[in-house]
Amino acid sequence: MSRSDVLVDADWVEAHIGQPGYVIVEVDEDTSAYDKGHIPSAIKVDWKKDLQDPVRRDFVDKAGFEALLSERGIAGDDTVILYGGNNNWFAAYAYWYFKLYGHQNVVLLDGGRKKWELDSRELSTDVPSRAKTSYTAAEQDASLRALRDEVIAAIGKRNLVDVRSPDEFAGRLLAPAHLPQEQAQRGGHIPTAKNVPWSKAANEDGTFRSDDELTTLYRDEAGVDFGKDTIAYCRIGERSAHTWFVLHEILGQPNVKNYDGSWTEYGSLVGVPIELGEGK
Amino acid sequence: MSTDQSGCGAPAGGVTITKDKASKEAVVEGRVLRDGQPVGTGYARLLGTGDEFVAEVPLGEDGGFRFFAAPGEWTLRVLAPGGVRAERSVSADIGQITNVEVAV
Repeated sequence: MSRSDVLVDADWVEAHIGQPGYVIVEVDEDTSAYDKGHIPSAIKVDWKKDLQDPVRRDFVDKAGFEALLSERGIAGDDTVILYGGNNNWFAAYAYWYFKLYGHQNVVLLDGGRKKWELDSRELSTDVPSRAKTSYTAAEQDASLRALRDEVIAAIGKRNLVDVRSPDEFAGRLLAPAHLPQEQAQRGGHIPTAKNVPWSKAANEDGTFRSDDELTTLYRDEAGVDFGKDTIAYCRIGERSAHTWFVLHEILGQPNVKNYDGSWTEYGSLVGVPIELGEGK
Repeated sequence: MSTDQSGCGAPAGGVTITKDKASKEAVVEGRVLRDGQPVGTGYARLLGTGDEFVAEVPLGEDGGFRFFAAPGEWTLRVLAPGGVRAERSVSADIGQITNVEVAV
C-alpha cells in the first residue's frame, strides 16, 4: 500500500458522486453530524451502534458486518469512500474495520469532513436510498488486530506506539481532553511504548502530513524501529486505527496491528506492568 | 447533547456536564460569534505548550464548544470556513469552568 492507493482528494470524490460502483460513507465521532449535512449521495455508518457488539465488548461479528453492509446497499466489489470529522479519526477506524473483514476497495477522503466544510463544499441533507445487497465478508484478518496477551508479550520486543495525548500517556489524564475524565482504571502507559499522539500525523486542515514528515515523526523523532513489527494503541482503539492507517497503509510498514482493547483494557488488567511519566 | 461517555465520541459543541461533575473537572467552554451571531460551522482546537494539539470539537449550532482539560495554560484556536482563524489564551483549573467568548 502507498498514499495514492488509499487516499483521495475532494475533487476526485466530487467526480464520483452518484457513480455506480462507488459508495461514499460518512463515519463521525459526532454521530449526529451526518444529519446536519453530508457529502451528496453519502450514507452513514454509526461507529458505535453499527460497528460494535451491543452486549459484549467486541466488534460486530462477521454475520453482523455482512448484515450491516447488505442493509446499507454496499456490494463486495464496490469502492467504499470513507470520510469523517476530526482528521478522519472514526473514518480511519471504519477503514481498518472494512480491511479486517476483507473489503478490498476502500479509500479515505484526505482531510475528511473538516476540510470539506472549511473549503465550503456542498453538503446535502438528502438521505439516499440504496438497493440492498447480499454482502459476504471474509473471516477477521488476525494480522491487523492485536489482543491483550500478544501486547504483553510484545513489551520490549516489538514497537509499541501509544498514540494518546502526552497527558494521558504520562498518567495525568485518563481520557482525551474533550471528554470527562471519570474512568475506573489506572493511568499510565505500557512499558517501552513510544508516545506519538495520533493527531501529529495530520495537518491543521485534517489532511495527512507528507510521507517524509511522517517518517521523520515516527522513525527519527520517536524512535519507532521500522525494521520491527508494531502494535499501536490508544484508549479504546480508534485513535490508534488512525495511526495504523498511517504506518500500514500510507508508509507501507508490513506488520502493524491495532490493539483495540487499548488502555481501557490494559489499564484495568490485574498484575500487568505500568509505566508512569513522560515519553522517553 | 449527549452525556454518553463510553466511547471517544463527543457531539458537536462538546459533552454536556452537570454541576456535580464540574467540581472534579477543569472545564474550558464558550461560544464563537460573528457579529453577535453564533458560528455553527467550524472547529475549536485546544492546544498545549508549543502549539501541541490536545483536542478538537466541531462547534455546536449555538457556536458552543467544551473541553475537559488538565489544570494549566492552554491556547484555544478556532477554525471556520473562509479561512477564519482566531486564538485565545486560557487557563484551566479543577472545579472551575473557564468561559471564553471568541468573536471572529
